[in-house]
Amino acid sequence: MNIVVCIKQVPDTEAPIRVRSHGGIDETGLNLVMNYYDEHATEAALRLREQFGGTVTVVAAGPERAREALRQALAMGADEATLLRDAALDAADHLQVARALAAFIRPRTADAVICGKLSTDDNAAIVGPALAELLDLPQATAIAKLEVDDGAGRAIVHRELEGAVEVLEVPLPALFTVERSLNEPRYPSLPGIMKAKRKEIAVMDLAALGLSAEDLGTRGATLATLAAPPARTAGVQVNGADPEAAVEAIVSFLGERAKVL
Amino acid sequence: MAQGALPEVWVLVAHREGAVRKITYELLGKARELAGEGRVVAILLGGGVEDPDRRFGRRGADQVVLIDDPRLAQYSTEGYAAALAALASEHPPPLLLIGSTAQGRDLAPRLAARLEAAIVTDCQTLAVEQGELVATRPMYTRKAIGTVRLARGRMWIAVVLPAVFPVPAEGDHRAEVRKASLPPEVPIRTRVVETRAIERETVPLTEADVIVSGGRGLRGPENFALLDALARVLEAAVGSSRPPVDSGWVPHDYEIGQTGKTVSPQVYIACGISGAPQHLAGMSGSKFILAINKDPNAPIFQLADLGVVGDLFEILPRLTEAVKKRKVAG
Repeated sequence: MNIVVCIKQVPDTEAPIRVRSHGGIDETGLNLVMNYYDEHATEAALRLREQFGGTVTVVAAGPERAREALRQALAMGADEATLLRDAALDAADHLQVARALAAFIRPRTADAVICGKLSTDDNAAIVGPALAELLDLPQATAIAKLEVDDGAGRAIVHRELEGAVEVLEVPLPALFTVERSLNEPRYPSLPGIMKAKRKEIAVMDLAALGLSAEDLGTRGATLATLAAPPARTAGVQVNGADPEAAVEAIVSFLGERAKVL
Repeated sequence: MAQGALPEVWVLVAHREGAVRKITYELLGKARELAGEGRVVAILLGGGVEDPDRRFGRRGADQVVLIDDPRLAQYSTEGYAAALAALASEHPPPLLLIGSTAQGRDLAPRLAARLEAAIVTDCQTLAVEQGELVATRPMYTRKAIGTVRLARGRMWIAVVLPAVFPVPAEGDHRAEVRKASLPPEVPIRTRVVETRAIERETVPLTEADVIVSGGRGLRGPENFALLDALARVLEAAVGSSRPPVDSGWVPHDYEIGQTGKTVSPQVYIACGISGAPQHLAGMSGSKFILAINKDPNAPIFQLADLGVVGDLFEILPRLTEAVKKRKVAG
């Protein structure tokens, strides 16, 4: 099976985010990592390769620094990595990024395209399903289980809905976006890290993808401003050493303030 | 027409097995606000839907567009995308609102790519300013709020978080029903093998007014029974932070936080939850937060409207009894 995994480099979710006064976030000293869900996507691809053979290609659209995230995927065991790097992508919206990724994936005749269910920086969850549309592939999003029957050319996946689990049959080739409960991503091994260091990361601009800036389409969505969230302040604190008194305070809070009783 | 009002706003009805999800009404309320005197249209896709619910009209829809087709009896990305694309290519609306449910998030980006519509997800506010749609949304695990503007001259698709807009009061408005059809050739390549209901979840977490949530402080899976008992009397949903999920005490779908669900109930009751950033990312949008924790320095107290420093094993059973008594007393 030939599998393409789309990954993104994002700030570590444990890191504090400082919003700059003129917009955007302050990246000084910020720890940037492979998007958490993309580690699960990479792991899923590696397991399919182990099961059925083939190659795992990872691709990221982003700035030069995104190489490090691709390097991590190579260290986990991916075969090839490509960075889509073009000034026209710097301010692109999600649909434009999906068009660039689609141009990269289309000639590679992948049996499966795997993405994280969202990236933890902007939380948009747009690129995956948009990419499925552009590549005319069936899709299954936020999957928590994946079983592929290579001979029959299909996959059975589980999706978590609100209050239910959907079991879906998806013919291959297909696009999947993955939940964290799908698998446990492996840590890169030391030989894997050494090997990844020697591997070349290909860089392609729009021209190399056979695209002009117009082919990306016009930008529909713009992140105009970014602000710190409204601060929540600590309210009343009561000592619960006397449970009866604590319960009284809670009941009055639920009834009189929150009005749910 | 009010300034900035849109001539027409569409709302995709979210439903499963005949039950209309609350987010649908939240969206109808917002659609009415954005449309002013303009037209609010509820789009209902299904198989075997004879008569659309009168509630769409009573909550503000002027028209219900119904596509009743056996191919839409179950949700499929391609079936729904084809139905909406057919309606929109016939008569593109300025704005389509879709609820941020598992299905909505699956569908909206695909539809946007097909229609070349501008899309924004996770919206918690929406307004029209200078001909653009302006939405705010949490980003960076709720450590920042982004303002996204969708360009004029495009169809807009906004995917809206549940429980951020109020359900409008029922009026006596009636919606006319227009029947439309699904194009004859629609490839639906996926097949739903089965849908397994998760029995214990009485109120879905993302729709609950009250959530009782447990963390490491519960010490073991058996103690979630204390939360279940309180949830029953409060008609609440039960959730958890990440450690109980990682320890296998509760299933993954309990999890609230960065790697789980995002919720914004009227009241969030955090029991034995310290308040790691990864958990706060999923619940800090709650209207009121009540925290019970024995550690007075737990970060959760920094944002709790009421913080109780105490032993949850002492407090929860008494609280359940007290709520029960108060409910009986009416």
